[in-house]
Amino acid sequence: MSAFEAAGGREDFNRFRPDRDARNRSYAEPLPAHDQVSKRIVVGYGFWIYLLSDIILFSAFFATYAVLVDATAGGPSGRDLFDLHKVAIETACLLLSSFTCGLASIGARIHRGSWFYGAMTATCLLGAGFLFIEINEFRSMIALGAGPTRSAFLSSFFALVGLHGLHVTVGLLWLLTMMAQVFAKGYRADVLRRLLCFSLFWHTLDIIWVGIFTMVYLMGVGQ
Amino acid sequence: MNYAELETNVPYPDIPPGDQRSDADETGEAVGSYLIGLGLAALLTAVSFFVAGTTLVWAPSIPVALVVLAIAQMGVHLVFFLHITTGPDNTNNVMALAFGVLIVLVLMVGTIWVMTTMTHNMMPMDQTMHMHH
Repeated sequence: MSAFEAAGGREDFNRFRPDRDARNRSYAEPLPAHDQVSKRIVVGYGFWIYLLSDIILFSAFFATYAVLVDATAGGPSGRDLFDLHKVAIETACLLLSSFTCGLASIGARIHRGSWFYGAMTATCLLGAGFLFIEINEFRSMIALGAGPTRSAFLSSFFALVGLHGLHVTVGLLWLLTMMAQVFAKGYRADVLRRLLCFSLFWHTLDIIWVGIFTMVYLMGVGQ
Repeated sequence: MNYAELETNVPYPDIPPGDQRSDADETGEAVGSYLIGLGLAALLTAVSFFVAGTTLVWAPSIPVALVVLAIAQMGVHLVFFLHITTGPDNTNNVMALAFGVLIVLVLMVGTIWVMTTMTHNMMPMDQTMHMHH
């Protein structure tokens, strides 16, 4: 080891860069208490930003639908196609699943397995029920010749409602992954952070569904 | 366990969206909050479905009522399910939400405004095209 290195060559070098020296010192100092945030806050906030960008994506699909809702090209309109009884059941499924998802996050917080797994199973079944009704609705519409290629109205309808259904499908896969992770790894801090993100995602899907059942179904039938 | 307790040296620690504030951290209160949200959301949904099919109110007011009910229900979901509140620990979450809402409004109102104006202006040409066919 040379005498230069032993004397702390890097510090020596920094003598010619007083600005860098000052900067390094300010990084080395412990942060004041009010600047320290937990990883849970950073992760939750970052995922919240993602969810808002997802809502903006949906708003583009909503705007497209609103512009094209009357472009039926002589084909069926919403009033001919939509069945509000099915939509009411779908809405109930998703709202209850949002509630059970909240119960699951409480169950995870107090580390109670029966509560967590029970509420997550209920969320999964309700979400799957929603998806089952939606896929049947799509199939019966396509069987009637009212598929996404029939008119601009139906293209935008399948794009908007299908995008939401795709999100629910991804959410169900995520839900099963979270149940498996809690089972395999326990209530670890990183697993609980992922669970926080999942519950935010699931609640946001319900908010978007409120927009869909109001703007697409209720306004479509009542026009 | 209370996540806010980890930062008790901070007067108003931020909380991530989705976490409840420390004063609602008892399990019973937490469940109660979700139950209130469920009740309010179910009520607003029921009113929406009722209003959409009723002949009791003046028909042109129905879309406006549906939009108001939907926005109210989105607010209920935000407060009781996502725990986005007006507290000082939620400032960053609310600011991000406000920016998101601004973009959504610009995108939707702008699109609908421009496209309906264009459709309105195109109408004579559309009719001319019908005459040619």
